[in-house]
Order: sequence, then structure tokens, then C-alpha cells
Amino acid sequence: MNALNIKGLTKVYKGGTRALNGINLEVKQGDFFALLGPNGAGKSTTIGIISSLVNKTSGTADIFEYSLDAQPVEAKSCIGLVPQEFNFNQFETLTQIVVNQAGYYGVPRNVAKERAEKYLKQLDLWEKRNQPARNLSGGMKRRLMIARALMHEPRMLILDEPTAGVDIEIRRSMWTFLKEINEQGITIILTTHYLEEAEMLCRNIAIIDKGVIVQNTSMKSLLATLNIETFILDLAGEHQSIALSGFEYRLLDPHTLEVDVAKEESLNNVFEQLSSQKIEVLSMRNKSNRLEELFVRLVESGREELANKEKTQKELANG
Amino acid sequence: MGNRTMIALQTLWIKECTRFLRIWIQTLVPPAITMSLYFVIFGNLIGSRIGQMGGFSYMEFIVPGLIMMAVITNSYSNVSSSFYSAKFQHNIEELLVAPIPNWVIIAGFVGGGVARAILIGIIVTCVSMLFVDITLHSIPIIIITLLLTSILFATAGLINAIFAKSFDDISVVPTFVLTPLTYLGGVFYSLTLLPEFWQWVSKINPIVYMVNGFRYGFLGVSDVNYMHSLGLLVVFNVVLLGFAYSLINRGVGIRS
Ligand SMILES: Nc1ncnc2c1ncn2[C@@H]1O[C@H](COP(=O)(O)OP(=O)(O)O)[C@@H](O)[C@H]1O
Ligand SMILES: [Mg+2]
Repeated sequence: MNALNIKGLTKVYKGGTRALNGINLEVKQGDFFALLGPNGAGKSTTIGIISSLVNKTSGTADIFEYSLDAQPVEAKSCIGLVPQEFNFNQFETLTQIVVNQAGYYGVPRNVAKERAEKYLKQLDLWEKRNQPARNLSGGMKRRLMIARALMHEPRMLILDEPTAGVDIEIRRSMWTFLKEINEQGITIILTTHYLEEAEMLCRNIAIIDKGVIVQNTSMKSLLATLNIETFILDLAGEHQSIALSGFEYRLLDPHTLEVDVAKEESLNNVFEQLSSQKIEVLSMRNKSNRLEELFVRLVESGREELANKEKTQKELANG
Repeated sequence: MGNRTMIALQTLWIKECTRFLRIWIQTLVPPAITMSLYFVIFGNLIGSRIGQMGGFSYMEFIVPGLIMMAVITNSYSNVSSSFYSAKFQHNIEELLVAPIPNWVIIAGFVGGGVARAILIGIIVTCVSMLFVDITLHSIPIIIITLLLTSILFATAGLINAIFAKSFDDISVVPTFVLTPLTYLGGVFYSLTLLPEFWQWVSKINPIVYMVNGFRYGFLGVSDVNYMHSLGLLVVFNVVLLGFAYSLINRGVGIRS
């Protein structure tokens, strides 16, 4: 069964920004799924539509086969959301926040109180339970939102950049926690702009850029793809067939050859095999790889964030 | 109505009540003080020189209007500030993601405003009993008018907060519309004292009907027919609740 099935989802914001351009997405029940993309790609918009915070322009979304339009109550009950920005009342205590959230999902108060203890303890917040949320550190606030999202025991947990701006130690303990609850059978969808995070946690991945899904595959095959470079070789003379052992290759036309080479492999091997067949290479170029370019941008946007964070920290330190 | 819906409504309503009770110094004390001042100044000091109005002592005459004034401002401001700050802090999203019918969101917030208005109505009534013996002409009329008025202004506060984009936006209406209409709504005088033209103008002011309806419940006298007051309250409630429902349904101000 699909935990999530999105078809032709489009979002045009009031100002005219086209945030999503007809995306399709399927997430299997029990999956740990990453939605990866640079800032502004449309990740939060997608999550917003799934969780009823954003009105879609067109398309459909089914949650565990419940239509979000036709069976909103059933569909919404399946989802626990951890949004990108803090969105609890800073003046309420942790207990109030999680117990009330459970109440909104119809969980009776005595059950909600038991669960509050369970999840606040699991997320290392129990000591702070009677404090107003504004007293928490950034990492704790993030964990509070995870506890809150679990209070109605949803079948699917959606986290929008849960580790952005969280230091590495807390990030790792969060990863461990998420892996554990995924093993208990909860489907997890996580957005991120760190490839490493997706790599650490997720089995399947979709890459979104400018409101379009550019890749949707298993983590394994994505990593394999990223590890391969494609070269285009212009050959002297005309050739009907070429044999290259150990490489993926395609003869595009009688004098153009395309070869996939894994990053750790040597190109010499290709040339040796070609010369032994008396094939002369006139020139060679790197085939531009859209995915590769995208990742360069991802890394850049990660750096940018880091630089901004350092800048604000410096500013804070300077008064 | 499902059990889960009931639990959700109860949760939201209790949360709304907890909110104004937690900040009771800001919410419950000021009206008690303001009303005491009104009673001392207008009732005792000035009122004793005014003599009778509408067949009652001035003090007795203004009590229902003053209670109504507190009910109106408090039901309005409770919902407008609570809903707007839920928008501002984004914790309104806690409700939007949950499987709650939209009418529950409205009922929860409006119910919170009504609870505060009634509580304040009781407080102010108790304060007034220190100054004057209160007569009760018809308790059902008092209760019905109180409920309908507080629901109406709580809903109006909700609509204000739905459209508000800053904290200023939720103080504009109370300052420039509500306060003048209330002061000109016959709290302090009987309309019969006004020249005919101004009597006619006053009858466009809906608050005149609420104040007078409420006064009728206490004293059995009114400048307008009680059935007009009741009819007007019901019509305004239906219109505003319907409007609020359509706004929330479309996600105006809360969903992008
Ligand atoms: N409320 C909004 N109103 C107008 N434009 C928005 C709004 N939210 C997001 N956008 C725009 O939509 C695009 C996608 O944004 P978003 O979904 O937040 O991306 P991501 O989460 O991947 O960083 C961006 O161009 C962003 O500026
Ligand atoms: Mg985002």
C-alpha cells in the first residue's frame, strides 16, 4: 500500500510564484523517504499541501488511500507533522502543547497524559514538562515538535528539515530516534537539503528542483548514478560496432561514442581498449549532468546557510 | 457528532478559557475596576444630581448598559487577540493539521469569548450590587440577550482577527467603531432625551438594541421593542457566523 500518492500537484501562490509544477510522488508504507532539494525548490509547499496548511492549485493527494479532498478526517488522522518553523504557543508549557494537540485529534485526556509522559521522556524533554516552550533551546524545540506530532500515534511522520540549524550531536540522536520509530513501522518522509542526511537515513529518495521532481529512485541507485561520469568521444572514421568490456557505452552515431565511467575507474582502460581496436579519439568532453549540477547547487545552498549562521553568530557575539 | 469531535471541541474551549484565566490580571481585573469607577462617578457623584431616568434612579438605569458594554468589549477582544496571536505564532496550524471540522474551530474560539464575557458579566453584576439593588424583570431575557450578544461580538472579533495582518489591525475596530457605537448606544441616557432626528439616527446603531434588550430584562423598560432587539440579534448572529464559516472554509488569512 502507498502511504502517500500524489498526482499532478500544482501550486501557484497568490503573488504568482509557481512553487510546484505538477509533481507526482509515491511513498510506500513503512518507507523512510527523503525529499531532497535546494532552498526554494518546493519542499515545504509539498509538505504544506499534504498536511492541509497550504491550499493546492490542482492535483490530488491520497494518504494511505484516503483522498485528502474526499476523506480529510481519515487522511489527516494518519499524518503527524513536524513543520520547518516552530509553530507552538511559546507561552504554553510542554505538557499543555502536546496534550492539547492529542485532544485535537480526538485522543481522550487521560490517554493523552500517558502518551505525553512516554514521548516527552523518549525525546528527553520530561524534565522541562512544566516550563513554557519559550524557555527551550532550539534543539529542544525541534524535539518538542516531534513529540507533539507523535501524540496521536500517526501511521506516517512528516518532517520538514528537522535538523536545519541543529548541532551535530543532537542531529545524530535525532537520526537514531527516527530510525527506531521507522523500524516500529511508522512511515517517515523527511525533507532536507543535505545529501548526507538522506544517505544516512533513507531508503528511497525524490529530488525536487524548481517545483519539478527531477529524480525519484532508491538511495542506492542514486548514489550509483552520482558516482558515474559520462564522457562523449568524437572518433576518427566511421564505426558500426565497438566493444568495450567493463563499461556502459552507447554509439550515438558512427563517429560519436558515449561512455559511462565510475569515478574511481581509470580512463586509460577505455583508451587502451579503443587503440587496440585501432580506433582513434579526436576529442573528448564531459557530458553535462543535470543531477551533478543540482548537487553542486545543493552543496552551495548548504554552505550559504552555514555562512549565514556563522555571520549571525558573529553579529550576536559582537553585541 | 462523533466523540472525537467532542473531545477536540472541549480541548480547544478549555484551552481558550485557560488562556484568559491565566492572564486574569489583564482580562478579569480591568473591567471590574472600570465598572467600579463608572458606578462611583456616574452613579453616585453625578447620578445623584440627575434624578430619575426611564422611571428608575440613574444608577439603576445605567447598570444593564454597563454590563453590556463590558460583555461586548470582552467577548470581542478575547477572540480577536487569541485568534490573531495564534496566527502570529503560527500555532493555529496545530488546529489546521488536525482532523477538526471548521465549525469546531469557530465554536471553540467563540465559546472562549462567550465564557469570558459571561464571567465578566457576573463580576460586573456583583460589583454593581455593591452600589445599587438590582431588579430582575426577566431572567430568561437577560440570559438570552447576554448569550446572543456575546456570541455576536466574539464572532465579530474572530472575523477581525482572520483579516488582521498586524496587532494594530485588531485594535482599529474596537477603537474607531465599537467604542463610539457603545457610548452612543444608550448606555448612559434614554433615547427619549434626544431630539427626534438623533433618536432616528440612534436606531441605526445595532448596539442600541442590545443595550435596551438587556435593560428590558433587568428593568422591564426599553426604548425599543424587545422583539426587535431579539430579531436583530438573531439575524446579525446568523450573518456573521455564516461569514466566519465561509472565511475559515476558504482558509482566508490562515492557509496560503
Ligand atoms: N506563502 C508563500 N507565498 C508566496 N510564495 C511562497 C510562499 N511560500 C513559499 N513561496 C515560494 O514558493 C517557492 C517554494 O518554496 P518552499 O516550498 O518553501 O521551498 P523549500 O521548502 O524547498 O525551500 C519559493 O519560490 C518560495 O519563495
Ligand atoms: Mg522549506
